[in-house]
Amino acid sequence: MSAPRTRHSFAGPLDFESGLVELGHGSGGRAMAQLIEELFATAFRNPWLDQRNDQACLELPPGRIAMTTDSYVVSPLFFPGGDIGSLAVHGTVNDLAMAGAWPLHLSAGFILEAGFPLADLKRIVASMAAAARAANVTIVTGDTKVVERGKGDGVFINTTGIGVIPDGVQLSGDRARPGDLILLSGSIGDHGVAVMSQRAGLEFETTLQSDSAALHELVAAMVAAAPGLRCLRDPTRGGLATTLNEIAVQSGVGIVLREAAIPIKPGVAAACELLGLDPLYVANEGKLVAICPPEDAERALAAMRPHPLAAAAAVIGTVREDPHHFVTMETTFGGNRLVDWLSGEQLPRIC
Amino acid sequence: MKYIDEFRDGAAARGLARQIAQETRPDREYRLMEFCGGHTHAIYRYGVPDLLPPGVRMIHGPGCPVCVLPIGRLNMALELVARPQVTLCSYGDMLRVPGSGGQSLLKAKAAGADIRMIYSAADALALAQRHPDREVVFFAIGFETTTPPTALVIQRAAELDLPNFSVFCNHVLTPAAIAHLLAAPEARALDAVPIDGFLGPAHVSVVIGSRPYEGFARDHRKPVVISGFEPLDVLQSILMLVRQLNEGHTEVENQYTRAVTRDGNLKAQRLMAEIFEPRPVFEWRGLGLVPHSALKIREPYARFDAERRFPLTYQAAPEHRACQCGAILRGVKKPTDCKLFDVVCTPENPLGSCMVSSEGACAAYYRYGRYQGAA
Repeated sequence: MSAPRTRHSFAGPLDFESGLVELGHGSGGRAMAQLIEELFATAFRNPWLDQRNDQACLELPPGRIAMTTDSYVVSPLFFPGGDIGSLAVHGTVNDLAMAGAWPLHLSAGFILEAGFPLADLKRIVASMAAAARAANVTIVTGDTKVVERGKGDGVFINTTGIGVIPDGVQLSGDRARPGDLILLSGSIGDHGVAVMSQRAGLEFETTLQSDSAALHELVAAMVAAAPGLRCLRDPTRGGLATTLNEIAVQSGVGIVLREAAIPIKPGVAAACELLGLDPLYVANEGKLVAICPPEDAERALAAMRPHPLAAAAAVIGTVREDPHHFVTMETTFGGNRLVDWLSGEQLPRIC
Repeated sequence: MKYIDEFRDGAAARGLARQIAQETRPDREYRLMEFCGGHTHAIYRYGVPDLLPPGVRMIHGPGCPVCVLPIGRLNMALELVARPQVTLCSYGDMLRVPGSGGQSLLKAKAAGADIRMIYSAADALALAQRHPDREVVFFAIGFETTTPPTALVIQRAAELDLPNFSVFCNHVLTPAAIAHLLAAPEARALDAVPIDGFLGPAHVSVVIGSRPYEGFARDHRKPVVISGFEPLDVLQSILMLVRQLNEGHTEVENQYTRAVTRDGNLKAQRLMAEIFEPRPVFEWRGLGLVPHSALKIREPYARFDAERRFPLTYQAAPEHRACQCGAILRGVKKPTDCKLFDVVCTPENPLGSCMVSSEGACAAYYRYGRYQGAA
């Protein structure tokens, strides 16, 4: 499958065992060409990259095109259930999927810090390539920059994605209406707690894994089963609470949650208790919130539950009229409370 | 979670709520102060007020370490971080508290000061060991709960003869504050606080025991029920207070028997007494000057006292003119009585300390209870 390739006069192959990123790897010269050749172009291999142009020229299927961009600065770079590479694919794929779009292509921009081990970079790139293959998207163009040691934190990644939205699909955060039901695809807080468990100064042992995953196949099944679906969103930074507050304001409605209906794994609940965090505000990378009229809810749930990423899908609340656009929650304890916007930063650099 | 979910059980809560409703007398009010911010937080987070009959009113007390620290003390911390050799270690909540001139530790950090958010006193000590070229100062705040860990790191620093570690000590004492709330003539002159009984602190009492409240309950004829921090603990303690008030008792009762004894943790008390001594007087936000209500580092450990090492002097600083934190901390006003609340004072832009800490009455009400006023 290897295409004929011009031979470059590199002094020797890159040392992916003990080599380090150097400033020259971002200079635009021969060292950068070698890094692209031996790492990125090999791992992400596709016809667009093979052309070695500064841009990818794409033929897109008919339909509306969705486009999104996201930068990834997660710390630490490797965490249980994923790493910055797989996260950079899943996060952007999911942002496309929340519009009902079928993701097609990604770009990948790397900002590397001089001195970063090439072995770690290779691991990240391999994980990114695997995530892209699994999600059936191609990384068609990219960029590499290197900053001096001490001016970055290993590696930052930006990905931009485009996807095509099937005819008739119209999902938006401003479409929630009083009486609609709120569906959640599974347990909350897994990603944030998995990352926190690896943080320096906080290390605690947990068997929890990040839920980082691409959601577009789940979305396609939901859109097909429940045409009345109004809005999808993935509760990443700021967690479920922040996502629902955004929707409440966008749609000009209020939301009432039932605490007892929101799935939380015991390990997440315990870690949050210990750290003084509220799982409602902890990040997720493989969950979605769906809002639909009551008559579509059963159909949507029936489409979700057979999918491995939504086996624990549940109705967690309802949309109601409220001029204040409050999100409130009936607590398991029997009282009510406000579920406010996240204030300050509860968990910095979680994605 | 085993051993936690049991204390948040909805069915048990409804049972207790029914009992409280049955036993409260319609002809009187039950004005109960929860001293601790931990209780305030639990009350709002779980929606406890929805379960109480109208005659039972919870008054939020000053038991929030971030909230009661006067601006002048925060200004001292800001003065410290202006020195280029200093690394200040602080609990996260303190970073956003506004000092004089709108300055805060978070803003100082953004401007380049070396300020680290830590989770325990031990983290600060470890940082000092790792960075012998830095003057590492631990910004110690809190009641008797966080005092023993501070005492321990000072003791350890002395054993290690660590030359670059010190503590900016702001530890305060619970019994002195409760007594002051009721007894001090200044407080009474300001405004008479009608409090019928107290929900006593949970974690503080684990350390100091229930004995220190006894004299105070007797002298001021107010019942105290030491309560755990889980919502069922709170409801059960409210029921115990209602019963005492109905029967005319003024005793110290212990609802939190799974952790609190009459004498408390003697080892921790000995350690605190070894390292600290009471200050003659200390200013509290909201309460003013309260005698014997705070701790300073004893002479043999003076070299670990940031106030003497640098040196720092305390200067009282004025509050924002319209801020009601003082009256709220005394239990005289509710967060919604403040003109700034939810108008210009929000958790994103706190003007008063009660809006900063999650244990502050304003923050708890803003975060969990605000929908009630608006509904």
